[in-house]
This record gives sequence, C-alpha cells and structure tokens, in this order.
Amino acid sequence: MTTLTAKASTARAATPVAWSGRATPYLFLAPYLVLFCVFVLAPAIYGVWVSLHDWDFLLEGRPFVGLDNYTALFDPSSAVYADFWMSMRATGWFTLLSVPFLVVLPLGIALLLNRPFRGRTFFRGLFFAPYVLGVAVVCLMWRLLLDPNLGLVDWLLGTDIAWTTSLPWGWVALVGVTVWWTLGFNGVIYLAGMQDIPRELYDAAKVDGAGRWAEFRHVTLPGLRPVMLFVVTTTVLASANMFGQSYLLTQGAPGGETRTAIVYILDQGLGQYKMGSASAMSYVLTLALIVVSVINFRLFRGRS
Amino acid sequence: MRRYTVLVALAVVFVAPLLWALGTSLKSQTEATRVPPTVWPAEPTARAYGTLFEGTTQTPVLRWFANSLIAATGQMLLVLVVSSLAAYALARLEFRGKRVMFGVIVGTLLVPGFVFLIPAFLIVDALGWLDSLTALIVPGAAGAFGVFFLRQFFLGLPRELDEAALMEGANHWHIFLRITLPLSKPALATLAVLSFLSNWNDFIWPIFVIFSPDYFTLPPGLSILQGAYTIDYPVIMAGAVLASVPVLILFALTQRYVIEGISRSGLKG
Repeated sequence: MTTLTAKASTARAATPVAWSGRATPYLFLAPYLVLFCVFVLAPAIYGVWVSLHDWDFLLEGRPFVGLDNYTALFDPSSAVYADFWMSMRATGWFTLLSVPFLVVLPLGIALLLNRPFRGRTFFRGLFFAPYVLGVAVVCLMWRLLLDPNLGLVDWLLGTDIAWTTSLPWGWVALVGVTVWWTLGFNGVIYLAGMQDIPRELYDAAKVDGAGRWAEFRHVTLPGLRPVMLFVVTTTVLASANMFGQSYLLTQGAPGGETRTAIVYILDQGLGQYKMGSASAMSYVLTLALIVVSVINFRLFRGRS
Repeated sequence: MRRYTVLVALAVVFVAPLLWALGTSLKSQTEATRVPPTVWPAEPTARAYGTLFEGTTQTPVLRWFANSLIAATGQMLLVLVVSSLAAYALARLEFRGKRVMFGVIVGTLLVPGFVFLIPAFLIVDALGWLDSLTALIVPGAAGAFGVFFLRQFFLGLPRELDEAALMEGANHWHIFLRITLPLSKPALATLAVLSFLSNWNDFIWPIFVIFSPDYFTLPPGLSILQGAYTIDYPVIMAGAVLASVPVLILFALTQRYVIEGISRSGLKG
C-alpha cells in the first residue's frame, strides 16, 4: 500500500537531486515508524503514567498515587523495600562477578584465534555455537549437569555441591553458565577489532624490538580501546538485564538471594499484578544503569 | 602446536555439554538416572523422541515447533521489509528531522530491553493480541537493530549508481528495489538469520503474553515439559535438542555471514 503511493509521488519528479517527492522519505519510514511508536515509544511513555498509579491489571479502579510507588522503594518500612533492594543487590553482584570474566576471557580467546592458522573458522564457530542456543535450552541442560545427585559436574569433580540451591555456589553456577553461553559473542567483537589495528603498528613495534607482551600492551590493547568500551557497555547492559538464568537455573535460590531485579520486577508486575509499583522499579533500575554507563564512558575517555 | 592444545582443550569445554545433552536424549530413563552417570548412552534408544512427539494436550510439542517456525519466520520477514525501507530513507534520503529520528531510534538500543515489558504488555492487551501468534510476531519487529544494521550497510554502497539511475528517470522506489536490495544480499541474509535466531530463542516475552499451551513456542514449552515429565530427563533433553538443532544447522550454514555481520554492525558507528 505505502509502497504504491511512494511510487506515485516520486514518478513525477525525475530530476537528479538527492530526493524527489517531499513525502518519499516518510513513506519509506512509515511502516517501521508505526511499529516503533506503538511498541517502543508508547510503552516508554505509558510506563511513566502507569508508575504514577496504583495499577492492578485485574481491577477497574486505578487510583492516581503520584510518586508513592517511587517513595515506597526508598522507605525501609514499606512492603517492597527489602525484596526490591535484595534483587537490585543480586543484579549488582551478578554484573560485578560476570563482567570481568566476559571482558577478559574472550580477549584471550580472540588473541589465540587472531593469527591465521588451519581450522580458524572452525574454532571460531565452536566458541560461538553456545551463543546460538536459547536461554531455556542452556538452563535446562545445565540444571541437569549441575544436579548434585545425577549431574556430571559433581561426579567429574568428585564433589557433592548443591550448585543451584546454595551460596556461594549459586553465583558460581550463574556466572559460569553465562560465561560459557555468551563468551563467543564478545570474542567475535574483539576479533573484528583486532583486524582493524593497522599492521604497520606491529611492524614498527618489531623494529623497536618489542616482545610479544610489549606488543600486546603497547599496540593491541590501545588499539582495542573503542572495542573494549563497546564490549564493557553491552556486557554490563546484558548482565543488568539478566532474567532467564536466575529464573530457570537457580530460581532465586536459596532464599531470593540470586533473584535479579528483572525477575523481581516482572514477578511483581505480571505475576502479582502490581504494575504501577513494578513500573516505578523499572525506571529506578534504568536510572541506575544510565549512571553506570556514564561512569563507564568517562573512565574510557579519561584514559585516552 | 601449543595454540592447538589450548584451543582443543577449550573446544571440549564448549562442545561437551552439547554432545552430552544429545547423548542423554538417547538414553533410557534408567540409564539417565544411573549413578555414576554415563557420558554417552550405552544402549541408545529413541524412546524419548517418541514420547516427545506424541505429546499431550498440555504438551503439544509438534504444535510448539510449528508455532516457533511461524513466529520466527513471520517476524523475520516483517523485520526485513520494515527495516530495509526505513534504513533506505535514513541512509539515502534527506528530510527534516532525520538526525533526531535516527538518534531516538538508535538511542533505544542502549536502553535495557526488559524495562518496558509491562507497558508493552498492556498495549498488546489493549490491541487484543494476548494469547495469539500476532503477539509473538509484530511487537518484536519494532526493534532498532535491523534499521541500524542495514543503514550502516547502505551507507557503504556507492552513491554513483543511485545518481545515474535518478538521471535516467528512476524513482527511489526503483532504486531501492533494483539497486540497493540486490547489492545488499549479504547484509539482508545476516539480518534474516539474526532475527530468526533471536525470535526462535526468545523466552521472556512468550511466557508473559501467551497463556494457552496451543500458542506456546518451544522455549516456554520446554519449561512446561520440565514440570509435566518431572523426572523424565531424556524427554526433557530431547526437547532441548529439538529446539537447538534447527538453529545450530542454520548457524553452521551461515556462520561466516553471521559472525562477520555481528562484528561489523556493533563497531562501525
């Protein structure tokens, strides 16, 4: 439909300019913009409205409560305070524990895979393969592998650790499984970054008599700074968004300590139908993430 | 040689769990619960797959497989159409508000994806789409990644071709269809695969917008399976295999494209 109109409006203006009909760009954009406005922009704005109400999905009356949903989050005597901050702490812990591994290990693997050698594409594919699987499959598999009675992991290690139901092992399981699952993604980003570092820099380092380590420190690492910023930013965002692993692998066990903020928020909103309160929590989480991102950008910019 | 030793050791860590899951799906229930556990089935059997495909009204696994296929393919086609049109305008046309619009669209890539899930749920409910395949196909196509990815690719195509075509009286619709799209096959293929993968694997959105087993896709279906056949590990692993094999094959076939596409799109701002 849209495309037909686009044709009609541009056919007349056959002049060699960068654009023909005034409406043409908007007609090309229209289908996407409709989706974007309804499913991205509208929810972002509507969420603020919801957060200002006592919004129960199942009830008719949704009284306006102003900032009550927000103040409750900062009031230690409120019903949600303890659980919300415990979940924020869990998200913080998960991010703090997983990001260093997801930044450093893929870098090591990318270094191994960077030089041309036989089977490079094959290995690249192998390390990336788990990333192709969904969180449901990954968690189902690892729940059984980590089972204290039947699991292969405890048997191979000769231990009987309750990986998914005790602390600190729950964190080890969540971080370990996440690293196994997503490490290939960051590895590929690093590989692309390494290919963009000019060869001359390495040749110059050789002339200066730099060894492998000096080469890595003075050429590779500085060359990867923008890539690192990208990797750290996307990994922090992904870790702070963590839902599936906590929901499926540890189910928040032992006592809610490994239940992340997203799991808690979605349970409050879509499980308990307290959508106003849950929306307020989403914005608090988003704000916290924006602060972290700004600090992250500052750190990387400051050093260059 | 040292490189290979390290790589092979690492590769085992990455692949062994996948092979083990495949092996477990071929075990009998007694073998799957034997202590000490066996790594590979001693007496392989396809029983788990039989049980899985039989299904029940609560666990119609083949139906889930079909739903996954319909949802992922449907969304992929929608993403390709709307993203390529929008990306063409953003890469090739001049108009008022272009910078702001692009900024807003790309800005959403930086916002944690799940924070708007509750209002998005309310909107889907208002549209009457809850518990339908439409809810699995349409809202997810609004993501900014496809537009951003294709715009970056379109920017790299030679402009002389467009200009020559415009001189000859072609309009932008012709250029888009006859020049831009044919030259962008690798980018379109990459986006198609990435879009398919993410929809096929999505777990969080379907568990909230779908209520009846008939409309589930495989990932939420797997979590029901776990409850329905509580201790039947081979059946559960067979489900995991069923959900993974299509995407692993798809990935193996398109590996170069996908890895290249991911690495390029993220970096070239």
